[in-house]
Amino acid sequence: MNLITIAFRNMQQRGLASALTMISMALGVALVVVVLSISWIIKESFDRNSNVGYHLIVGAKGGALQLALNTVFYLSQPIEVIPYEEYLEFLPGDDGRPNEIKRVGGWIAEPERKGIFSSYTRGGFAIPVCLGDYVGRFRVVATKPEFFEKLRYGKAADQEYRFESGRNFQVYSPEHGYFEAVVGSRVAREMGISVGDTVKTTHGDPEGEGHGQPFTVVGVLAPTGTPNDRAVFINLEGFYLIDGHARAFEDEAHPDAEKVYVEPELPPGQPPPLPLEKRDLTAVLVKAGQPMFAVHMARPINKRLRTQAVSPVKEVTNMLEMFVDPVRNALLAVTIVVCLVSAVSILVSIYNSMNERRRDIAVMRALGARRDVVLMIVLLESMLIAFSGGALGWVAGHGLAALASPLVEQRTGIQIGFLSSITWVELTLVPGIVILATIAGIVPALAAYRTDVSRHLT
Amino acid sequence: MLEVHGLHKSFLLPDRTRMPVLEISELVVPAGEQAVLIGESGCGKTTLLHCIAGITAADAGSIKIDGIEITRLSESGRDRVRASKIGYVFQTFNLLAGFTALENVRLGMTFASGAKDRQRAVAMLERVGLGDRLHHKPSALSVGQQQRVAVARALVNRPKLLLADEPTANVDPANQQKIIDLIRECCDENRIALLMVTHSMHVAEQFERVIRLEEINHAVRDVLLESAE
Ligand SMILES: Nc1ncnc2c1ncn2[C@@H]1O[C@H](COP(=O)(O)OP(=O)(O)OP(=O)(O)O)[C@@H](O)[C@H]1O
Ligand SMILES: [Mg+2]
Repeated sequence: MNLITIAFRNMQQRGLASALTMISMALGVALVVVVLSISWIIKESFDRNSNVGYHLIVGAKGGALQLALNTVFYLSQPIEVIPYEEYLEFLPGDDGRPNEIKRVGGWIAEPERKGIFSSYTRGGFAIPVCLGDYVGRFRVVATKPEFFEKLRYGKAADQEYRFESGRNFQVYSPEHGYFEAVVGSRVAREMGISVGDTVKTTHGDPEGEGHGQPFTVVGVLAPTGTPNDRAVFINLEGFYLIDGHARAFEDEAHPDAEKVYVEPELPPGQPPPLPLEKRDLTAVLVKAGQPMFAVHMARPINKRLRTQAVSPVKEVTNMLEMFVDPVRNALLAVTIVVCLVSAVSILVSIYNSMNERRRDIAVMRALGARRDVVLMIVLLESMLIAFSGGALGWVAGHGLAALASPLVEQRTGIQIGFLSSITWVELTLVPGIVILATIAGIVPALAAYRTDVSRHLT
Repeated sequence: MLEVHGLHKSFLLPDRTRMPVLEISELVVPAGEQAVLIGESGCGKTTLLHCIAGITAADAGSIKIDGIEITRLSESGRDRVRASKIGYVFQTFNLLAGFTALENVRLGMTFASGAKDRQRAVAMLERVGLGDRLHHKPSALSVGQQQRVAVARALVNRPKLLLADEPTANVDPANQQKIIDLIRECCDENRIALLMVTHSMHVAEQFERVIRLEEINHAVRDVLLESAE
């Protein structure tokens, strides 16, 4: 018989106490694993979405975090708007701005000039978004078809958006005019929407007043694991034509001296879109031609009267550090305490049994076991309890995570396999707990070491 | 096999005075000899066995086991000698409750340096007549059977010296003789020297050599003299 077998028998002999200690240890470890998995999921979902595939969000001055939350995650309250003219400044290339002006038409100053930031965005893009409406409980994103053509998602921002069914919406189509929509996968599933259905948007919040104008769903996005699964995308031009979406106070609509009227260049049969001077935007998603340009652009954007530039990656990282990390650390601290407590419970459990075992230890000594051997046997016992408890908890924690996986995937699009969420913290968990238990085991082990053999032999 | 010379052992009392328990000028048990040790309760029989086994360190004197002077060894050195050369049978058997009969016997082999094959443990249990009780825990064995497991455990390492401290005191009279016979036969078979403590005159009478501890232990004589005064 080797020492481990002896330690195992000792553990068996105190079955209930050992089992209880082991379970408390397992619960502690399972808790840590679950906490780590959850924080992994949170981090993962932020990670996936922080690399949004563009460099800057340009929006109205105000809370930077709020702007990022609104634009990236479709969370938080609606925010201030900026005039459409601001968007024009970002259109890439020398003729980006003039072309868009000709397409839309309306009152505008210097219609022939290129956009101020057009050289920065050459090779990149600028995509306008309007937020604020709802379909059911899901946010509406009014944007241009480029949203799905130019944006990429995923950790490396290299995955293209795919349509589970149907196609991207168009700026104007003969069948549906300006009123086409695309829905995210989760919206489609939860609301039972498929291609060919129509959706109506409500203003301001889910219970807001309904708009009369329906949009025809022409596409359903394949799941992406991004907030876009939870959004309804409608054509920006259609959005502007809905009652109440044109700028109400046309303080700038009065053509002042600088502004001139540009007639929109429309294909035959296409009704005119909302003119430029009546258009507002929530944000412009800007990808610079080079990452460095994005840094250089930020200052002049912020110097402008109405706009600010926000880096979504930075805001999301800040938020993680400000909000998610402390919570995770607090939870980790709690779970470490739980582990410490269960290590102490090993100590107490074995130490309490020392009195009944003194005779057994004395007998082993009488059979020729050296002091360090009986010390080792007791240490091994506490290591065994910790290891089995730790392993049990680890498996249970991951089992739990794997069980919750379908739910998590449904909610976040993130798949957790049994092992996918393992982090280095976790790999130190079971060894760490064994070390902890070994340290705790030293106390009863020393008692075994010191046992007075002759006194306990009869 | 066993040679004790000038052995002194005293205990430190709580009032910091020393109480001498053993003062033995000479005690020799040659290889293969079987001897009983008798004496009044408290005269130091168990203490003597503990000193010989190296469980307790002697204050002074020489104890040689199979030619090895154990009083000069460190504690772990004495542990090693005990593991390989000495078998010990206790009054209360001292089987480990969580281990089966076979495991208790194998435990006897665990701490010795020699071969640790299971087969030898099985053979030893068969020798003491428990071949069909290998996997019983002590609680599932009769008192006599338990003591036979203890005997098997003490002998499995083929020690040179078997120390037995009142091995039959807790066994019913019918089994007493069987245990004594078993111990003596096993020692005979392997030329193991036997030193057995007993309170039973009936047992003592069966041995050619009977050692009265009072006669060789001066410490006790002095105490007795003191109390007589
Ligand atoms: N650890 C100790 N500390 C102090 N005194 C002790 C200790 N162990 C034994 N003694 C004393 O030493 C003496 C001898 O004890 P021992 O156990 O050797 O007697 P014994 O001959 O085996 O008696 P019994 O026949 O009752 O078993 C006794 O007086 C006892 O009180
Ligand atoms: Mg005694």
